[in-house]
Amino acid sequence: MSDSAQPLAIEVEHLVAGYGSRRILDDVSMQVRTGEIMIIMGGSGSGKSTLLRNLLGLNRPSSGVIRLLGKDPSGLNADERLALQKNIGVSFQGGALLSSLTVGENVALPLREHTRLAEATIAVMARVKLEVVNLGGFEHMMPSQLSGGMIKRAALARALAMDPKLLFFDEPSAGLDPVVSSELDDLILKLRDALGMTIVVVTHELESAFKIADRITVLDHGRVLISGPVEDVRNADSERIQDLLHRRSRPVHLSADDYMRRLTGE
Amino acid sequence: MRHIANSVGRAAIGLVEEFGYYLALTVESLYWLCWGRVRGQPVRLAATVAQMMETGVAAAPIVFMLSFAIGVMLAIQGIYTLRQFGAETQVVLGISLSVTREFGPLITGILVAGRSGSALAARIGSMQVNQEIDALRVMGISPVRYLAAPAVFAMLVMVPALTLFSDLTALFGAAVFCSFELGMSHVAYWDEAISFITVDDIMQGLIKSAVFGLIVALVGISNGFAVAGGAEGVGRATTRAVVLSICYLVLADMLFTYFLNR
Repeated sequence: MSDSAQPLAIEVEHLVAGYGSRRILDDVSMQVRTGEIMIIMGGSGSGKSTLLRNLLGLNRPSSGVIRLLGKDPSGLNADERLALQKNIGVSFQGGALLSSLTVGENVALPLREHTRLAEATIAVMARVKLEVVNLGGFEHMMPSQLSGGMIKRAALARALAMDPKLLFFDEPSAGLDPVVSSELDDLILKLRDALGMTIVVVTHELESAFKIADRITVLDHGRVLISGPVEDVRNADSERIQDLLHRRSRPVHLSADDYMRRLTGE
Repeated sequence: MRHIANSVGRAAIGLVEEFGYYLALTVESLYWLCWGRVRGQPVRLAATVAQMMETGVAAAPIVFMLSFAIGVMLAIQGIYTLRQFGAETQVVLGISLSVTREFGPLITGILVAGRSGSALAARIGSMQVNQEIDALRVMGISPVRYLAAPAVFAMLVMVPALTLFSDLTALFGAAVFCSFELGMSHVAYWDEAISFITVDDIMQGLIKSAVFGLIVALVGISNGFAVAGGAEGVGRATTRAVVLSICYLVLADMLFTYFLNR
């Protein structure tokens, strides 16, 4: 379990972000400790994907500070940023494997681009990573030949290629059957325990969230409802959190007049 | 009235933005091509060669067919026109100059835009949709270095090479027709053609074609990167890339011809 005395892997302070004039995240602050599994949870449109994109540096925040492994990516030059990126692994929702390369080449890609290792060494390392995710022997397949669960595992292997300190996992269980999704959860736990990685998982699957989380951050409409240990989240008083936890549909507060106006499109 | 001014203004800003993007893309691609190796992140030779094969070598048969047909067509038109002055034998002059200065580069450019410009837009666009570009970025692999630079280099080299090939093929097509129609021997035809064509004519065509190659690469790549909205977006980007690059190609051709012939 995580120790609060350990340094922070991720710090987000007063993050505001959006697309154009549309504000998606509003004053989001959260912290992830080294060696813990943090789940970012929230319904559709809660801003969790936007938060992830900002953490990964794919989007620029309008204001606020993000520090990954103690460094603010926006203040780094190209070489320093590259050094930071080598310590970060990402597994995207759809896998995002390069479809023109084989599974093995995909896993080897970061090694090939960022190290000067011999080709034979790279091939062995790629196979080792594939073994870690139980995909040994699949290195010659093309991504299009793999099933959904295998693609996620291959993407995880690629994210692990550079032995990152920080791992981001976007929707590990989306579109997978319960057994495969539970296997992935076990794999995430194993990675944290065996390699001491800090892992951030973005998901809306409650079951998997409570199974693997050390702490949970719940987002709703671009704001953090709660960020704390699993028990705190489970026992939170907030009605919105309880709605999310118990899969209750949102009550619609709309007056009859407003409803008529919406229907008639005025 | 205000509405019209508003849309014209927006279109103008969009155009400036687009050309700024092309410029940035060119500079960044050239940066990686020149300095990537020093920075320890080279533009991969294998990717570049593959792109050159795809853009250049694979296009050779269709360039041959089209250019041959263009050569024959120019010979037919030339002989028909000049016959009115009884000067059919002068046809070689017209053919040689119009092929090397105009038709070779233009036909090749349009063909490459249709073949490789669309392929670039579709490939990069579907990578964008599948988050593959995002994945490259978070792995610290510059998408410009990995995807754009090889394509830009391949176009800059292969489009002029194809143009040279197209020049020769079109001249050959015309030679075949002239030997049928005028009984002109191939030796006499080539002798005459070579005496008319100067290095300047060929160079004019080649410089143009390098610019055409760059246009096709930039328009294809930038439309690919700009894709949003799934499969439909990829289709739109592909169409846009082909239509836009052919438009820019013809406009650039006109400007070049004007300035190079003053």
